[in-house]
Amino acid sequence: MRQGPGGGYRPGEPAGPSAVRLVWVYPDLLSTYGDRGNLLVLARRARLRGIPVEIAEINSDQRVPADGDVYLLGGGEDLPQVLAARRLRADGGLAAAAGRGAVIFAVCAGYQIVGAEFGGADGEPLPGLGLLDIRSGRGERRGVGEITADVDPALGVPRLTGFENHQGTTRRGPGVQPLATVLAGVGNGDGTEGARAGRVVGTYLHGPALVRNPGLADLLLGWAAGPLPPIDPRQEELVLDLRRERLAAAAGANA
Amino acid sequence: MSTSSPPSRRPGLPLRARLATTVGGAAGRASRLAGRGDGSVIGGVIGLRLEPDLLSLLARGRSVVLVTGTNGKTTTTRLIAAALGALGQQVASNAFGANMEAGLVAALAKAPDATMAVLEVDEKYMPAMLGATTARVVTLLNLSRDQMDRAAEIWLLARRWRAALASADCRVIANADDPLVAWAAEEARHVTWVAAGQRWHDDSWCCPNCGSHLLRDGEDWHCGECPNRRPQVSWVLAGDEVIDPTGGSRPLDLILPGRANRSNAVIALAAAEVFGVGVAQALSAMRQVRSVAGRYTQVRRRGCDLRLLLAKNPAGWLEALDILAPAPLPVILAVNAQVPDGRDTSWLWDVDYRRLRGRPVFVTGERQLDLAVRLEADEVAFRMVGSVDEAVDCAHGGSMDVIANYTAFQQIRAVLGRTA
Repeated sequence: MRQGPGGGYRPGEPAGPSAVRLVWVYPDLLSTYGDRGNLLVLARRARLRGIPVEIAEINSDQRVPADGDVYLLGGGEDLPQVLAARRLRADGGLAAAAGRGAVIFAVCAGYQIVGAEFGGADGEPLPGLGLLDIRSGRGERRGVGEITADVDPALGVPRLTGFENHQGTTRRGPGVQPLATVLAGVGNGDGTEGARAGRVVGTYLHGPALVRNPGLADLLLGWAAGPLPPIDPRQEELVLDLRRERLAAAAGANA
Repeated sequence: MSTSSPPSRRPGLPLRARLATTVGGAAGRASRLAGRGDGSVIGGVIGLRLEPDLLSLLARGRSVVLVTGTNGKTTTTRLIAAALGALGQQVASNAFGANMEAGLVAALAKAPDATMAVLEVDEKYMPAMLGATTARVVTLLNLSRDQMDRAAEIWLLARRWRAALASADCRVIANADDPLVAWAAEEARHVTWVAAGQRWHDDSWCCPNCGSHLLRDGEDWHCGECPNRRPQVSWVLAGDEVIDPTGGSRPLDLILPGRANRSNAVIALAAAEVFGVGVAQALSAMRQVRSVAGRYTQVRRRGCDLRLLLAKNPAGWLEALDILAPAPLPVILAVNAQVPDGRDTSWLWDVDYRRLRGRPVFVTGERQLDLAVRLEADEVAFRMVGSVDEAVDCAHGGSMDVIANYTAFQQIRAVLGRTA
C-alpha cells in the first residue's frame, strides 16, 4: 500500500476518532485516466472540514478490506478491466462493504464492472460484481469529449461537467436510477449518464469527476461522514472558476 | 527536398516518385517561407498523395533506424544521428519530431544521398513504418500512458509491436527494464537488451503475458505466475555510467540533463554499435548535443535566463520535475489541451506536484485553471499568469525553469524565438 495524502489505514483495526476511511481499489489495474484525483479531492474536502481521513490503496494482489467507508474505482484499459472484475469477484471484500452500506463511487471501466455484466476484450459478456443492476457493452460510437449533465434534483448536486472517453454503452435495470440527464455528450448512450442505487454510484465522467464536481464529492462524503460543515469559500474559488470555464467550453463546443 | 538533386549513388527513384518529391519539396519550402514551421509535414503529405509508396521508395537502399516509445524519441533520434555522424557521412533524420509517415518521407527526401537514416516514429505507427522502410534497426524506449483520448491502449500497442517485430528481420534495441517493451520485443529474432532503467512503474504493475502481478526487486522484475521475466542484458545504465557488452564502463558525461537522457544515451550507444561506431567515438559526438528541438534550450528573456523543458504525460513530468534546478529557483508550468496534447487534462492528477512546495511557481497555458486546481490540492503555492513574460517580469532577473506540454511548448518557443 502506498502512502496517500492522509494517514495510513490498517484494515481491520478500529478507525481513529471520526475518521473517514477511503479505499482506492486496484489502482494497478484501474487508474489509467487520472481518476486518482477523486481520491485526492475527497481527502482534501474532508480535511478542510477538520474530518480526519485514513486512506488505503489496495492493489489487485491484496485483500479489499470490508470496513472502509468510501470505495473508489477508476477507469482502465480492456484487459486490466477483465482482470479487476475477476479478482474482485473472487475477493468478495467490495461486495461485503456494499452490503454494510459503504459508499462506492466507480468511474468508467470501474463503473462497468460494478454492474451485472460488462463486455470483455472481444465484446463477450462477462459477469461483473452485481452491485448495480446495469449491463454494459461495446457501443456503436465512441464518446470522447466534454460532457455536461444535470443530476437528479433529489440529490441536490449542481450540473456535472467532465470528460468522457469510452466506447461503452450501459443499460439500467428497473431499480436503478440514472445519475444524470445528458445535456451534451454521450454518457450511457440513452440520454442518461451514470447510475446509482443506494450508496453505489457509477459514472463515465473523468475530469476527474469529483475534482470538477465538488457537489458530487460532498454528496458521497456526506453519506460517509454525516452532515458536512461548509468549506471556506476561498478554498472553493478556483474550482468554481474551473467549472465555469469548463461548462462554457462544453456549451461552446456544442453550439 | 531538392528540385535538382546531384547524381545519387543510391538506386534512382522512379519518375512518379521523383515528381512527388519535387512537388512536395516545393510545398515544404513555400510553407517554410510563409513562416509555418519547418515545412516538413506538408511536403510529405503532398508527396504521399502523388505516390503512396513514396516512403518505401525513398527508404530503398538505405540503412534505416526507427526510434519509438512514449517518451524520449526526439532526443534519442538526435543522439543516434550524432553518433552515426562520426562515420563521416550524411545521416537523414526527422530532427524536429515530425514522426508520422509524412514526416519520415520529408526527412528522407531532404537527404537523397544519405545512406543512413535515423527516424523517430510515433509509437502507433511503428509497425506500418517498419514494413514500409524495412528498417535495419528498431529501438524501443518505453511505453506509458499518454494522450489517453487519442492513443490506443498501451497493452494493445505492445501487442501490435510484438506481432510486427516477430516477423521482421531487423535488429531490435529494447529497454529490458520496461516490462511492456520487453514483452513486445520478446519474439523478435535479433534483440539487444539494454538495462536503461524505468522510473514510471504505474503502467506495468501487471504481467503483459498473463496479467498477474509483476514482482520487482530494484530494476529486476519477474512475473509471480508465468515464466515472464526481465531478459539478460548486454548494456547497462549504472548511475552516470554505461557498461557495454565487453563489461567496460565509462562515464556518460552528457550535457543533456537528467536520468531519462542518460537512459536515452545508453540505448543510442547500443544502436550506434550496430553500425560499427564504438562507445568512445559515439559518446564524444553525443556530448556535443546541448538541446533537442528546443528542449533544454537556454533563452535569455527580459533579463532572465529561461531553460525550456518539455513534458507531455505523467512519466515525462516525473523526469522533468527531477531535473529542475533546486528551490528557490522559480518554475513556470504551462499546460494546454489541444488535440496534439490530449484534450483530457485528468492526467494532471497522476503527477505528484508536492515537490514544488517552497518555491515560486507560475501557472500559465490554456488549461491553467485545471493545473491551478491540481496544485491547490497538493498545497503548492502558485500564481496564475497570462504569459511567460508576465512570470519573468515578476522574477526580476535571475533564472527560471519552464515545463510545458506539447502545444504550450511550441507556443512558448514561438514567442521566445526558435533558437535551436
